[in-house]
Amino acid sequence: MKKLTFSIGGIHPADSKISRDCRIEELPLPQTVYVSMAQHLGAPATPVVAVGDKVLAGQVIGQPSGFISAFVHSPVSGTVRSIAPRADLAGRPQTHVEIAVEGDEWAEGIDLSPELITEITLSREEMLERIKNAGVVGLGGATFPTHVKLNPAPGSKAECLIINGAECEPYLTSDFRIMLERSKEILVGVAIMQKILGDCPAVVGIEENKPEAIEAMGRALSELPYSNIRIQSLKKRYPQGGEKQLIDAVMRRQVKSGGLPISVGAVVQNVATALAVYEAVQKNKPLVSNTLTITGDCLPADRQRNFLFRIGVPLSFIAEQAGGVPDDAAKIISGGPMMGRAIANMEATTVKGSSSLLYLTEEQTRRKPEGACIRCGRCSDACPMGLEPFLLNRLIKTGDVDGLEQNAIQDCIECGCCLYSCPANIPLLDRIRVSKAQVMGIIRARAAAQKK
Amino acid sequence: MTVTIIQTIAVLTLLGLLLALVLFLVAKKFKVEEDPRIDEVEKAMPGANCGGCGFAGCRAFADAAVKADSLEKVFCPVGGNDVMKKVAAILGKEVAEKAPMVAVVRCNGSCQNRPLVNDWDGVRSCKVKAGIYTGDTGCAYGCLGCGDCVAACAFGALSMDPETGLPVVDESKCTACGACVKACPRSIIELRNKGPRGMRVYVSCVNKEKGPVAKKACKAACIGCGICAKTCTHGAITVEANLAYIDYSKCKLCRECEALCPTGAIHGVNFPKELDKEAVKARINERKRKAQEAALAAKEAATKEVANEKTDI
Repeated sequence: MKKLTFSIGGIHPADSKISRDCRIEELPLPQTVYVSMAQHLGAPATPVVAVGDKVLAGQVIGQPSGFISAFVHSPVSGTVRSIAPRADLAGRPQTHVEIAVEGDEWAEGIDLSPELITEITLSREEMLERIKNAGVVGLGGATFPTHVKLNPAPGSKAECLIINGAECEPYLTSDFRIMLERSKEILVGVAIMQKILGDCPAVVGIEENKPEAIEAMGRALSELPYSNIRIQSLKKRYPQGGEKQLIDAVMRRQVKSGGLPISVGAVVQNVATALAVYEAVQKNKPLVSNTLTITGDCLPADRQRNFLFRIGVPLSFIAEQAGGVPDDAAKIISGGPMMGRAIANMEATTVKGSSSLLYLTEEQTRRKPEGACIRCGRCSDACPMGLEPFLLNRLIKTGDVDGLEQNAIQDCIECGCCLYSCPANIPLLDRIRVSKAQVMGIIRARAAAQKK
Repeated sequence: MTVTIIQTIAVLTLLGLLLALVLFLVAKKFKVEEDPRIDEVEKAMPGANCGGCGFAGCRAFADAAVKADSLEKVFCPVGGNDVMKKVAAILGKEVAEKAPMVAVVRCNGSCQNRPLVNDWDGVRSCKVKAGIYTGDTGCAYGCLGCGDCVAACAFGALSMDPETGLPVVDESKCTACGACVKACPRSIIELRNKGPRGMRVYVSCVNKEKGPVAKKACKAACIGCGICAKTCTHGAITVEANLAYIDYSKCKLCRECEALCPTGAIHGVNFPKELDKEAVKARINERKRKAQEAALAAKEAATKEVANEKTDI
């Protein structure tokens, strides 16, 4: 089979999938969980429970407060202790519902049996409703509400459903493990999404560094009655899991600046999202758990873990379950080393999109002193969006906002390839991120003014 | 040889004269009429081209001032009243005097007051830091300490105090152009009335958290208790979202709020004497006692009147 990849830019960081052989274990429940109301892209959910209420696992505790928003469910059974602001990963106060855990009782109508249900009996609308009511959001990182993405605006048609199993970030192995252990469920999830999108073909893209996953998914597919799904091997290259890069790799189509994937007929969903869709539609189980990797070079091999966690669990509790934070860890990252964010607050809790606790050493994270740009152009070669980061950096210094917009700073996907490849250690991404937000603000303000 | 030299000089001289003539004619024909007052006004300006007035520089300001009907909306914060008077004289327009302003840093989260909870090893830029997280202290509102304001100041009026980690304003150099206000991603710096002989009172905190949370993050935080607002006899203090704010146009510099603030978040600066907290507290208590007595007396008088009325009937 020919291996595909995207056409421009990209880098090849070391793989470091240390925890790849660790089976998924279920994380024990802590005494208290704190469920954030802002676990998805868009407007935070509004709490619908009151202090003192008894809740069951899987019961709705937050309802969407806008079109782009999602339901939040209780991950445990217990009593609501408080509804108050609490610091998230970055220290920003968000509304959290505090629940004291009592037993593990689930709300009625949720099928917890491990039995695989392959038959898809519901209609398109019923399935979309279930996905919405289960609070499913994209688990590839952006946490965009899935029901919105699966229901493209009238006039646009999905020609291909791309399932992202690339997991191109080093260290992370949660997607890899679910592809090995829950392949069939993922494929049923894919079939459900295909049906919702009008029976378009589906491609599951997996990077070549995960041959076991490619094999397991292929074997599972041969045992299921779906003919319109294809497992596609991809060359190893970061950021293959980027939405636009994956579309380019699989379909050879490029999404225009400011455009959505559906404009070229593509819908991209992560493998973990496919699993969540399966559970929502076939098992009526809301999204209250996900898989998380605990890894790092400084963590001993016997303490590497892949945990099936519930949302709302404090990160410090998870770290304890894997034997505590190693002494050499200088920085703890949530997400991969390329795009993840350093955790400033270990009391923050897991959210739907949590994917890892990654311990990095002082040596791995120390910033090197910034030198002068020698115009070698490595950043431009590495940029998968075809931007010129060195030029953007210069425009940022002079404050040329118009120039930044003309040079498409708003197309930056913040993958960090420029920063990774810069021999002068210029913090390109840090600066670009700030100015990108500024330019996006100007573009949005202009669009709003035009609407009026 | 001599002939060549003479020829060269002659040709070049002729060419020079011819081109000078062309330039003269072109300059006459395409002359742009410009109000000569623009030049005059520009000469009167400080010439810092800082943009504090909202225009692209001193020339742009002069152009706007000449074209404007009144000088209400054009003001040079750097030159202040002196320059504006000169400008008004040149243009023959009226100008209202404005009180001089100064940049005030509203954060007292020094290293002692506000302990670090994590290490920031990224770019030394407040904007970058603010975009990523709430900072290396427990306070999500206070100074980030990377000095974006210092870099923005064109007059060298700001510097970082290495001991407190906070920016310090040199009042003699600050022109109140507002560049630091725009540069601060946390909106800590405010332009405030300079006050008589530089005396002014302000709340040195922007934390909007509830009292206990704010206090936990920083010893010198405003906890929104509202004692200052209750004490103020001039109605200058408002408490909104757990944060007190002193309206400098109403403040009479009595310093009562400063004496009562339990966390020391209210600062009075440039006063000749140090604040005697006990004396101020005694004064407040005396006033309260008198007010109570007066209220009691009024009540008694009222009841007597009612009694009198009753006997009348």
